Formats: sequence, structure tokens, C-alpha cells
Amino acid sequence: MPVREAAAERAQSANPVLVCLAAWAVPGVGHLWFGRRFKGLVFLVTLPLMFVTGLWLQGRLFPFEPSQPLVALAAVADVGIGLTYFAARALGFGGGDVVAVTYEYGNAFLIVAGLLNLLVVIDAWDIALGRK
Amino acid sequence: MTSHFLLLLLFALFVSIVFAVLLRDDARSQLTFGAVLFGGFVMSAVMLGWLMYPFPL
Repeated sequence: MPVREAAAERAQSANPVLVCLAAWAVPGVGHLWFGRRFKGLVFLVTLPLMFVTGLWLQGRLFPFEPSQPLVALAAVADVGIGLTYFAARALGFGGGDVVAVTYEYGNAFLIVAGLLNLLVVIDAWDIALGRK
Repeated sequence: MTSHFLLLLLFALFVSIVFAVLLRDDARSQLTFGAVLFGGFVMSAVMLGWLMYPFPL
């Protein structure tokens, strides 16, 4: 059976919510699930690498602080990268060094990596529903 | 690494790769779209930098 047909069959039988959870937890897994290997591998490598670069640049993993809406939004964006976020927190990374020259760059890398992964999750959702 | 320009290039590279692979399906158009995005990011940053140059901080 050709790869595309097998992927289409899998898309019909897959639970879209489960696919999205997997795609959020590990970037690219949603695409790998449906046999889109190249896309999945690119996301699997690029997004965590971007996130790790943000940590290396002394960026901060923002806390959920409802009293500061912008900080809370940044935290939501950070969590968008999935399990990598929790692994980084558990290992003590993401404290952020506000006086570092690269602090704001690090934040930009961390936030954008999370937001890009959320776009990848939405794409996986569309594939699971057979729209793409 | 503290070069702002190199960090800009790295950021543009990551974002261009993800958008190109996400929004295009065949390798050739991914490459073309990615290159256009990357060039657009870098050129617009340089142009904005020049436009902001006369303004004091």
C-alpha cells in the first residue's frame, strides 16, 4: 500500500484530540503519525533546537502570573513547545539572566519556538480531520 | 555568542525553515519559499535598523 494511502487511512481512524496532544508533547510527532516523515523530522529537530538555543541565550521560562497578563501570555507561549518545557524546568534551566546581553533574544527564541509548535499542532489537527 | 546580527540570522533561519516546511509540500517550493522568507526577514530588519538610525534611544 502506498505511503499516502496508508497515511490517509490512519487519518480516518485517528482520534484528532489524541494526535494534537502527541503533536504538542513532542514537536513533529503528529506529522510522523500520518506518514509525513520529512515534515515531522524537520519539526522534531528544528523546534527543540530553537528552544534550547533560547535557554542557552539566557532566556527565561516565564511563570503563570495572572496578575501580569503579558507574563502569563509568554508562559502560555513557552509551554507550547510541550514536554521539552517541563524537561527544561525539571533540570533547572530557564531561570533567565535579565542583565545578560542576550536575555531578550533568548526570550524571543523560547516564545517563538512554542508558538511555532502550536501552529504545527493546528496543522496536525487539519490533517487528522482530512482537510489537508 | 553576542552578535545581534548573527542572532538575527539564526532566528530568521529557524522561523523560515518551519514556515517553509509547514506551508509548502514539495521540496522545490519549500526551498524557494524558505529562501524568500529568510531574505525578507533579514532585509526588513536591516531596513528598519536604518530607518531607526536617526532617532535617539
